[in-house]
Amino acid sequence: MSETLAPPPTSGSTAVRAVGSLAPAAAQAAMPVPDAKRRMLHFHILRHDPQDPASIPHVDVFELEEALGMTLFIALNEIREKLDPTLAFDFVCRAGICGSCGMVINGRPDLACRTLTQDLPENITLAPLPTFELIADLSVNTGKWMRGMSERLETWVHSLGEQVDLRKLEERMDPDLADKIYELDRCIECGCCVAACGTARMREDFVGAVGLNKIARFALDPRDHRTDQDFYELVGNDDGVFGCMTLLGCHDVCPKQLPLQTQIAFLRRKMVKAGL
Amino acid sequence: MHATKSLPVTGPAGPLAPLRRWPARLDLLQSATGLALGLFMWVHMFFVASILLGKDAMWTVARMFEGYFVFGTAQYWLVSLLVATVALLFVVHAALALRKFPANYRQYRTYRDHLKQMRHEDTTLWYWQVVTGFALFFLASVHLYIMMTRPDTIGPYGSADRVWSDTMWPLYLVLLFAVEFHGGVGLYRVALKWGWFEKGDPLATRRKLRRFKWALTAFFLVLGLATLAAYMKIGIEHAPYYGQPYVPAGVATEVSP
Repeated sequence: MSETLAPPPTSGSTAVRAVGSLAPAAAQAAMPVPDAKRRMLHFHILRHDPQDPASIPHVDVFELEEALGMTLFIALNEIREKLDPTLAFDFVCRAGICGSCGMVINGRPDLACRTLTQDLPENITLAPLPTFELIADLSVNTGKWMRGMSERLETWVHSLGEQVDLRKLEERMDPDLADKIYELDRCIECGCCVAACGTARMREDFVGAVGLNKIARFALDPRDHRTDQDFYELVGNDDGVFGCMTLLGCHDVCPKQLPLQTQIAFLRRKMVKAGL
Repeated sequence: MHATKSLPVTGPAGPLAPLRRWPARLDLLQSATGLALGLFMWVHMFFVASILLGKDAMWTVARMFEGYFVFGTAQYWLVSLLVATVALLFVVHAALALRKFPANYRQYRTYRDHLKQMRHEDTTLWYWQVVTGFALFFLASVHLYIMMTRPDTIGPYGSADRVWSDTMWPLYLVLLFAVEFHGGVGLYRVALKWGWFEKGDPLATRRKLRRFKWALTAFFLVLGLATLAAYMKIGIEHAPYYGQPYVPAGVATEVSP
């Protein structure tokens, strides 16, 4: 479950708020660094609450002194703790596992918890992931989108007509194949690949790399009895694999470094073979 | 507790209905026509650039396509047939590629904003591929129509007259940049789309392909510009004799059928 705070104030003006000394954030403390090395960071954060009819999208600027090993996750907590308790953003694990803290960082989608401020310039622009329903500020409802995609592509093992006896040990699987499936199963559904995809941005019905990766994963799994033609029914169209224009933003921003370029090409070849 | 349960089951889809197969066919056809046109574009450039080796070389290439060395006379319909085939590929490719264009201003604006934000090379390259592809609808159509209807004018002097005296050089100059950029990016994207040349790290493969693509684009642009300059120079010199075909030494008459 991710944390989403109350909506921000609805003032349309750009406010600048600053904190000069670092105190440990509630969730994770940043280590202090010598004064000479400290930078003053300027966070330009897009604020909006679509639930509030009076809310006007605007940018708030927060100033914060950088600390050693500071991540955006730490910085955002610091801002919320010291400067604006109404700032809404999502996080759970702070370790790149839950996929909750995806946001657009200086134009590119990434996870806040995995992004070190030292890798960014002094001016940092943060915006919510596009494509997904905005909850408030940096918080988006990726879960709703992912569930819709998952139901549409039926992303679960289909044991067609087979009764599964949960008392029995699972059938053995070749370790190399298990590794390949596990590799694709590392997807955390953060939504970065969808936000980085020009096709998904233009065409809202496109299933995105996350959906195609899931189909590639189940196509590998011998426990899934679906044939290539069954998968073709799901992604053999312009909202599926044939809609992909190979822009590869997905591959380049994936925080888990999933081989999306390879998997989409694999799926395209497979689906063309099934469809011809 | 009884541990056996039924999982959600979806029945097998069965054979695909004919209409369901079309997305696969169209996707393959888009890549296949793009690949054919891209490779043709490169080979075509070498033939056109034969003028850099001299008028006789270009004359020989032009006559070769007319079957002159097989039939003894120039069969212009052979050239028209070849151009018509290329034009057909071009129309099919354009029609299929149109499906990917932004369908309205909202989509166009969204993509523009996206590429500005992302500053991602492959995302930006696609935008320019669309822009150059759009330009080719008009530029390439003009060129193809002239080649199809006036194959008899293809030759060292005929082509040079067209470039200079018929004022086609501005169109050819823009066409050169558009076609080289569009074709180069297109061939690069086709390779990525189908996973060709991928060994090990896909990102490393992509970087190598991109470098190779830019090198080829630069090479063909230089070759194209030099070729265009050569035709312009010949065209300027030949302007007073506009319309007279080139006849190499040793060939007594014109090659008209």
